[in-house]
Amino acid sequence: MLNIAVSISFALVSGALFLSLWRLLRGPDKPDRILALDTLYINTIALLVLLGIHLSSSLYFEAALLIAMMGFVGTVALCKYLLRGDIIE
Amino acid sequence: MLEIMLSVLIVVGALFTFIGSLGLARLDDFYTRLHGPTKATTLGVGALLIASVLYFSSRGEGLSLHEVLVTLFLFITAPVSAHLLAKAALHLRVRSIAPPPAEAEDPLADTRARAGE
Repeated sequence: MLNIAVSISFALVSGALFLSLWRLLRGPDKPDRILALDTLYINTIALLVLLGIHLSSSLYFEAALLIAMMGFVGTVALCKYLLRGDIIE
Repeated sequence: MLEIMLSVLIVVGALFTFIGSLGLARLDDFYTRLHGPTKATTLGVGALLIASVLYFSSRGEGLSLHEVLVTLFLFITAPVSAHLLAKAALHLRVRSIAPPPAEAEDPLADTRARAGE
């Protein structure tokens, strides 16, 4: 039963990744693209957590934690660039 | 029992993640699009991380709390990044489907009504 649930969830999260990628490629304005990147990294964290459950390995949390931290820094840097035209003032 | 709980949590989490991205792809302007992923994905990833805590705690290697770090970090940073994104969009005057407020369209409406125009 857990295997079926994990398979369904892999399909759903992959669909979510494709939808975010579509918005990243299409998104009319710059904030749309940044939001799509933000969603993309959160979906990647979900995918890594699922992979950790699927393979019964707790190695993937370090990767998820790193992606969470670096993704946040990236989003903030891009937003600051749009707001100020400069990242480190 | 545990397996049923885990399966439900995993499917609910993945469903929320999918619906958040569906909102990102389908809604019509930036401000409505911001609503979908920032709420639904944190809820979805939150459910997945709770499932992960349960799964790794049930394997007999003691309580597993690595996931709390990811959860805490995501729950602190998601509102901050959403706020910054909204600020950036307002700064760039991104198109919105909401009509502008009535006073903003004509800032002198009050003065004109008083002068009897």
